[in-house]
Amino acid sequence: MATVIIPTPLRKFTNNTARLQVSAGTVHDTVQELTVNFPDLKKHLLDEGGNIRSYVNIFVGNDDIRDLQQGLTAVKEDTVISIVPAIAGGAPADSTASSGNGVRGSDINSAPASGNGARAAQPFTKEELARYNRHIIIPGFGMEAQQKLKAARVLVVGSGGLGSPVLLYLAAAGVGTIGIVDFDVVDDSNLQRQVLFGVDEIGKPKVEAARRRLEALNPYIQLNIYNTHLNSQNALDIIRDYDVIADGTDNFPTRYLVNDASVLLGKPNVYASIFQFEGQVSVFNYRGADGNPGPNYRDLYPTPPPPGLVPSCAEGGVLGVLPGIIGSLQALEVIKVITGVGETLSGRFYIFDALNFESKTFNIKRRQDNPINGDHPTITGLIDYEQFCGMRAIEESPLKEVTARELYDWQVNGEKIQLIDVREPHEYDIVNIGAELIPLATVAANADRIDTDKKVVVHCKMGGRSAKAIRELEEKFGFKNLYNLKGGILAYIDEVQPELTKY
Amino acid sequence: MIIIEPHIRQLLTEDAVNTFPDECCGFLFGREETDGTRVIVDILVVDNSKAGDKTRRFEISPADYMVAEQHALDHDWSLLGIYHSHPRHPAIPSEHDRIAAQPYFSYLIVSVMENESITMRSWLLNEVQQFEEEKIADYQFS
Repeated sequence: MATVIIPTPLRKFTNNTARLQVSAGTVHDTVQELTVNFPDLKKHLLDEGGNIRSYVNIFVGNDDIRDLQQGLTAVKEDTVISIVPAIAGGAPADSTASSGNGVRGSDINSAPASGNGARAAQPFTKEELARYNRHIIIPGFGMEAQQKLKAARVLVVGSGGLGSPVLLYLAAAGVGTIGIVDFDVVDDSNLQRQVLFGVDEIGKPKVEAARRRLEALNPYIQLNIYNTHLNSQNALDIIRDYDVIADGTDNFPTRYLVNDASVLLGKPNVYASIFQFEGQVSVFNYRGADGNPGPNYRDLYPTPPPPGLVPSCAEGGVLGVLPGIIGSLQALEVIKVITGVGETLSGRFYIFDALNFESKTFNIKRRQDNPINGDHPTITGLIDYEQFCGMRAIEESPLKEVTARELYDWQVNGEKIQLIDVREPHEYDIVNIGAELIPLATVAANADRIDTDKKVVVHCKMGGRSAKAIRELEEKFGFKNLYNLKGGILAYIDEVQPELTKY
Repeated sequence: MIIIEPHIRQLLTEDAVNTFPDECCGFLFGREETDGTRVIVDILVVDNSKAGDKTRRFEISPADYMVAEQHALDHDWSLLGIYHSHPRHPAIPSEHDRIAAQPYFSYLIVSVMENESITMRSWLLNEVQQFEEEKIADYQFS
């Protein structure tokens, strides 16, 4: 008996048998015998005219019967016949590359007024492809979504509890350009939840510490930092350059500011907030398929709560892991807004209660009386949000002060102090009390000349500029040892050294 | 459902990228679970023997096919399918693919875009000689 080897795809027609024994004769006889014994094989081996199909190859030994005597090729007792399916195919004939399927391709909800337009996709380097491989292989996400991430520009307002996970995940995900706004410096009490930072960064500006951490995480992205307090004067200019805003602020004035600026500029605003054991997430002002913007923060809360009713995290506390959870959800929504993959939380408001592990999602709608984009908007530009909310966005602690008499006592008692004069050089030339001259405009640049381990008394002519210098140094560098000379050099002259020149 | 182990994905990606802009091709080996789930554990890379334009066509020589069947026998695996790439085209079977397709085989298509972006989709012929998508699952989540 000769042997026929059945190819894997056809074995389901031969009771899963790979090798069949057939009588000797010709190849034609062999095929006849097979199709009689296994009728389902027939349509796979023979065409309507009874000829062997063009995509079926029959080999006798190692030779194609087309090179022998075709169907008349002899089959002997020891012949091994292989049925070999032709394996072929190819891409569609048209030469136009179409975009990948499976990804809902809606463009980033870009502002009509933004002028950003569509940015050309930058090709990925081999390193980036390797880095983002686990994204690229997700069905329905793939390269197309990864390209959108790379082209995207996201502004993260606040780099604290929420900003930490948002920034880490957005940077890791490959968002091409990330802006970070924060005026604060890293404090030891931040480390309970702000996982971007470590003890080495205490006292350093958060945006700088964040940039170092994120650069170490992903060298293939662009980071822009704004070491400033976002306010009505700078918000539009900063936000204008971005496609998506992630609001991780901890106070109402900044939250309304970010909301209003996002609406005025037509940017989607991915919102999250946390308090004690509860977190909230939503996507505001997201332009859906119908072209209309979704609800914004003012549709949910037209006006802020009365001052003092809702305490801040600094006053009310927050469970450290909560911003990790909620910030991660916020990062997720940013990625969905950018890529168009999935359904965003636009028009919905998500609440998570960590204590009993319950979450709820409410539907929210636009309000006709929304003051910024309702039927009759009354807000057409940014307003004074601190006044609007009846509170300050930054809680100011009182400055430490020292009187001229106390300063004199410290000096005569030999106490180790550093004396800094923040006036201008021409003033210093008129009169000085032996202080180091660092004019106000240059204090930040000369912060390294200022001691951190002993009392530092800062003065100017009357006490105003030195107070500003201290605020700046405390905010940007975390100084805790600065004293403002009350009444400035004029008070010192009056009380301690009346022989000096007054001006 | 078809499960492609991570190192197999890597091999498929490398072949598709290295062969770009031509189409690459090869065989998929593994086992079939009782519920029909296919687990791909090995591949055999073969030459695209198409004479002429290999950027939009592939062909596997009968000799390579026979090697593949033997490879499956040698390892006690099943020959479960064919993979090939679609340079600059999505991972959707073309009419050329459909006409030449064999029953039973999984047809895994690796789309490679100009920027080396990779998408994989798998397809199975149904009773009326049309392709139906076969869901690709990851072997594990981590």
